[in-house]
Amino acid sequence: MVQLTVREALRDAMAEEMRADPDVFLMGEEVAEYQGAYKVSQGLLDEFGAGRVIDTPITEAGFAGIGVGAAMGGLKPIVEFMTFNFAMQAMDHLINSAAKTLYMSGGLVPVPVVFRGPNGAAARVAAQHSQCYASWFAHVPGWRVVAPYSAGDAKGLLKAAIRDPNPVVFLENELLYGQSFEVPADGEHLVPIGKAAVARTGSDVTVAAFSIMAEVIDLRSLRPLDGEAVLASVEKTNRLVTVEEGWPFAGIGAEIAALVMENAFDMLDAPVGRVSGADVPMPYAANLEAAALPGAADIANAVRRVCYRG
Amino acid sequence: MLLIRRFEEACGRLYMQGKIRGFLHLYIGEEAIAVGAISALRPDDYVIGHYRDHGHAIAKGMDPKIAMAELCGKSTGSSGGKGGSMHLFDVERHFMGGHAIVGGQMPIAAGLALSSKYKKEDLVTLCFFGDGAVNQGEFHETLNLASVWKLPILFLLENNLYGMGTHVDRTHAGGRHIYEVASAYDIPGVQIDGMDVLGVNECVSEAVKSIRKGEGPRFIEAMCYRYRGHSMADPTMYRERDEAQELGIKDPIDSLKNFMIQFDVAGEEELAKIAAKVDEQVNEAVQFAEDSPAPDMDAMYTNVYA
Repeated sequence: MVQLTVREALRDAMAEEMRADPDVFLMGEEVAEYQGAYKVSQGLLDEFGAGRVIDTPITEAGFAGIGVGAAMGGLKPIVEFMTFNFAMQAMDHLINSAAKTLYMSGGLVPVPVVFRGPNGAAARVAAQHSQCYASWFAHVPGWRVVAPYSAGDAKGLLKAAIRDPNPVVFLENELLYGQSFEVPADGEHLVPIGKAAVARTGSDVTVAAFSIMAEVIDLRSLRPLDGEAVLASVEKTNRLVTVEEGWPFAGIGAEIAALVMENAFDMLDAPVGRVSGADVPMPYAANLEAAALPGAADIANAVRRVCYRG
Repeated sequence: MLLIRRFEEACGRLYMQGKIRGFLHLYIGEEAIAVGAISALRPDDYVIGHYRDHGHAIAKGMDPKIAMAELCGKSTGSSGGKGGSMHLFDVERHFMGGHAIVGGQMPIAAGLALSSKYKKEDLVTLCFFGDGAVNQGEFHETLNLASVWKLPILFLLENNLYGMGTHVDRTHAGGRHIYEVASAYDIPGVQIDGMDVLGVNECVSEAVKSIRKGEGPRFIEAMCYRYRGHSMADPTMYRERDEAQELGIKDPIDSLKNFMIQFDVAGEEELAKIAAKVDEQVNEAVQFAEDSPAPDMDAMYTNVYA
């Protein structure tokens, strides 16, 4: 085991996969000479050269489409969005060109591209730089959507994503980049896409979350969502709280609640509690921003509510 | 060209019979561009285009039987019946679709060009698009990226003067010479007569030669005319019935026929034989499509993921 920051783990994942497979390359704004807007790609230009670590102009629709085309041409592109807020410019290519093409072509045209970058809230960057896109992307069939928390999961899932023949949306979080965790030193450390991790066992309540410090179930992948892990836990605890930083309406929690209602209705001793971000565009003022995002107190309150303890 | 013409006419008939549904965009009148351009390519060069794609697919060598089966939504179609008219693909022949979002194929085309440059493959990517795509942001993004990165791509604008029902005079700032936009991105561009198959072939051959030398992208604007509506749903209220005549449009197939007869390249009898063979091929395609089954219900869930 080694101590790595999430940033280093992501960089190592990309470097290892680029060493192993000449068809893997990275493309995005400031990824090469600037060493990455958030320094995730530090050192990659030096090791792999400008042919494989490619700086793009500010042209998200263009370079997302190019990533899809390069994947269709047999390469394994990693397309970095400086944040997923800017990926909205490229939404047509993410969904219509990447997610749907294998199906529309009857299996003829796979699109093995990874779209990665920071998602969700940062700090005081206001409404247009703070949105969580987990629910939007998880809504669409045809690709994988993953959202790791720890550095080990970030590394293992990014390696898995790069190797996956499907398009993958890889949701990182800027606030986590500098946090350190123990990571297996083994270069073949892979985390399977679609499997949640039970971070802490318990008996009174299940808390299911992603991209944040989940005490109980860290979902890690949103599509496919590890419903079995959630249901197995609910059968044991009979109560569930979901946690996400995105908006509540049609969010990930809504999907999990529906899943549990459909498959484990009789197991529930209380309605599912959902903890989410406030249903507003992200405000700038420090106090408002803090209140707009879920915190430990919100989760604790929700847990108490579903346990009928106030 | 004749195969494409008769194929498209057959599609029109099948649509009226309800055997092809949804959107159907016929290539009638534009055959010289697909045939002239694609015949100037090597077999493994990439071709990608928009939703008016039957002509491109057939010119690239797709079997008309499986194309027709796809249009009829049958399991024997090129996409197993799951794509339809706008999503024909023939990966073996490097025909990469068939894309329904206007302009959406453009950065994808640049990505194909990037992949062949990356792999040092000496392939050219030919990207077809219409006058309707030139005002999309990604048209500009793609031209810029292709130029900055010197990608081996040929941009071929099929300008039939109408973006669906809207004439280019109403939509494009800068007037009738759309190819001039390319010079803003340092890409050499020309405008040619897209109804002249030999002229198209010559121009594309020249452009492809330059691209293969590593000189970067080229842009060709081929002026053409679409005889039918934008799609089967379009009654063409936005133009006069006799506009083609008014504009002096020459049918590309008749033009080539007359040329061949005049210069003794082929006689009436030989041309009649070709026509008969084409009719046979198209009838065979229609029969194959009609006789083929619809996809199995479990095909609903196949190929969502690789």
